[in-house]
Amino acid sequence: MTAAATSDARASSEKRLDNPAAIILTRRHRLRWAETLPWLVAIGSYFAFPDYLGFGAELLVTILFALSLDLALGYAGIITLGHAAFFGAGAYTVGMLAYYGVWNEPITSLALAAVSAAVIGALSGLVLLRTKGLTLLMLTLCTMALLEQAANMGHEYTGGFDGLPSLTIAPVFGVFEFNPLYADTQYLYALGVLLVCFVFVRTLVYSQFGQSLTGIRENVLRMHAIGSPVRRRLVICYTISAAIAGIAGGLWAQTNAYVNLSTLGLDRAATVLIVLILGGYGRLYGAFVGAVIYLALEHFLAQLYPTAWQLGLGLLLVVIALFARNGILGLAETLWRRYRDTPLRRKRAGGAAS
Amino acid sequence: MNLAADLASILLGGLAAGTVLFVVSVGLSVTMGLMGFINLAHGAFAMFGGYIIVLAMNRANFGFAAALGLGFVGTAALSVVLEQFLYRRLYRAGELDQVLFTIGLIFIFIATMTIVVGPESQTLQLPPALGGQLNLGFIQYRTYSIFLIVVGFLIAFGIWLIFERTRIGAQIRATVDNRRMAESLGINVDRLFTITFAFGSGMAAIGGGLGAEFLGLDPQYALKYLVYFLIAVSVGGLGSVLGVYYAALLLGVLDFVLKLYLPKGGTIFIYVLTILMLLVRPQGLFGRKEL
Repeated sequence: MTAAATSDARASSEKRLDNPAAIILTRRHRLRWAETLPWLVAIGSYFAFPDYLGFGAELLVTILFALSLDLALGYAGIITLGHAAFFGAGAYTVGMLAYYGVWNEPITSLALAAVSAAVIGALSGLVLLRTKGLTLLMLTLCTMALLEQAANMGHEYTGGFDGLPSLTIAPVFGVFEFNPLYADTQYLYALGVLLVCFVFVRTLVYSQFGQSLTGIRENVLRMHAIGSPVRRRLVICYTISAAIAGIAGGLWAQTNAYVNLSTLGLDRAATVLIVLILGGYGRLYGAFVGAVIYLALEHFLAQLYPTAWQLGLGLLLVVIALFARNGILGLAETLWRRYRDTPLRRKRAGGAAS
Repeated sequence: MNLAADLASILLGGLAAGTVLFVVSVGLSVTMGLMGFINLAHGAFAMFGGYIIVLAMNRANFGFAAALGLGFVGTAALSVVLEQFLYRRLYRAGELDQVLFTIGLIFIFIATMTIVVGPESQTLQLPPALGGQLNLGFIQYRTYSIFLIVVGFLIAFGIWLIFERTRIGAQIRATVDNRRMAESLGINVDRLFTITFAFGSGMAAIGGGLGAEFLGLDPQYALKYLVYFLIAVSVGGLGSVLGVYYAALLLGVLDFVLKLYLPKGGTIFIYVLTILMLLVRPQGLFGRKEL
C-alpha cells in the first residue's frame, strides 16, 4: 500500500513536471556549471594580472554593493536613489573605529558595519516604505543627503570633507597583512567576503522569502490579497540589503585604508544604480557583468578622455533605457533565445528527439 | 530697528533665491503632475537655457530681456524635439527607466556643454539699471533681488491665471486629476503634454538665466541643484502652481537663513523638514493627487 502511494506520488509529481512553468520553477535554483565561471575568472585574474589587484579589489567591492542594491531594487522592486547612505554608514563605521584605535580587526569590523547600516536601513525603511513612486525616490535621496550633511557637520569626528586618512587595519585572521603597495591580501579578502555574501543572497532570493519579494514587485495587490505581510517583508528586505551595502562600504574603507564623504554622495548612489542596470537587475549576475564593464571602461577611458566618457555614459544610459531595459544580460538572453528558436535549430532538435 | 532691517534683508535675499527656484521648478511640477514622468533632466534644461542667455548677452550683445526671450524659445524648441523623439517612448515605462534615461540626458548635457563652451563658470553681466541698490524707505537693498521677487510674483500670477481662467488650464487641471477620464472626454493629452513640456522647459531656461548671477553657471549646474528642484516640486505638490510657489519661497528663505547662521551643514534641517513633510503629506502641501 505504501509502495502504491509512493508510486502515485511519483506519478503525480512527474505529471506536474510536464508543465513548463513547473519545470522552470523547480530547476531555476539549481546550481549550474556556468555559475562557477565568475569565481574561476576572479581567481585566474589574481594570477594573470598581478599589477591590477588594487583595481580588482575595487571591482569586487562594487559588485558586492550592486548585489545589495539588486536585492532591494531587482527583487523587491524598491526604487531607491539613496543606497549610498548604507555604503557610507558601513564605511564610516569601519573608518572611525579604526581611526580612533577602538577596533580594527577586519572581519568583526565588517560585522559591525553591517549592523550599523542595518539599523539605519531598518529605521528608515520603517517610515520610507510606506510611500512609493516619486515620494519614495525623494525620501531615499533626502535620507542620504541627511547622512552626508551629518558627516560633514560632525567634522571633528568624521574629518568632514577630507575624511579620515591612513587607517590601520589589523591583519586578516591575524596573519595576512594589508599592504598598501601590493593589494594581494585586499583582493583575496574582498573575494572571500563577496563569495560569502553572494551565497547568502542567492539562497535568500530562491527561498520562500525571496519568492514573495518577487511577488510583491510584480503585483502588490495580489500579495496583499493572499495575506502576505507585504510591508514587513519589504522592511526586512531593505534592512538586509542595507546590511550588505554596509559590508561593501566597510570593505571599501578597509581596502582603501581611508574614508571620506564620497562614500555617501549622490555620485556613488547613481553609479551603483547604473552598474546594476547596465548588467541587468533582478538576476544576481547582472551586478558582476555591469561592474566589470562599467569599471573597466571608467578605468581606461575616464582618465584619458573624461568628458567623452561622460558623454558616452549618457548615451549608453539613454540607449539602455529605450531599447535594452533588462541590461546586457537581458540582451544576451534575448539573443540566445532567438538563436535557439530559429526554425533550423528547432527542426534539428525535433529530428534528434524522434 | 536694526533687527527689523536685518530680518527684512534676510527675507528679501531668501525670497529672491526662492523666486528663481520657483521659475525653474514650476514646469517640472506641471509635467510630472500631467504624465507622472520623473524628469530628472529638468535642471539640464535650465542650464541649457542659462547658457543661451549668458552667451547671447556676452558674445552677441543681446539685451537682458531679448536674451531671456531667446533662451525661452531655444530651450522650448529643444525640449519639443527631445519630447517627440525620446521622452514619448517612455511614458508608459517604469519609474526606473525614466530615472535612468533622464540621468543619461543629464550626463549628455553636461558633457556637451563642457565640450562646446568649456568647463569654466560663466558670469552674467546685469544691465546697469538692475545693478545698483534700491532705497525701500527703511532699508537699502539690491535692485536685482527686488526685481526678481516682483518678476517671480508676476510670473506666478500669470501662470495661475492661465491655469484657472483658460481652456488649456482647465484641460491641464483635469488631466492632472484623472488622466484616463480626461482622455475619454476627448482631451488630447499627448498634445497637451507637448505644449506644457515646452512651456515648462522654457520657464526653466528663464529661471536658469535669472539665477545665473548668484547661482553661477557651469556644466555641473544640472546636477548641483537637482535635489532643490525636486524638493520644491514634491513639497509643493505635483501639478500645483501655487504649491510650488510657496514651497520654493519657503525653501529659498530657509536655505538663506541656514547658510547665514549655520554655514557648515546647516542644510541638514532642510532634508529633515522635507522628510517629515513628505511622511505626513506624501502628496505635498497642495497636491491633489495621491502618489
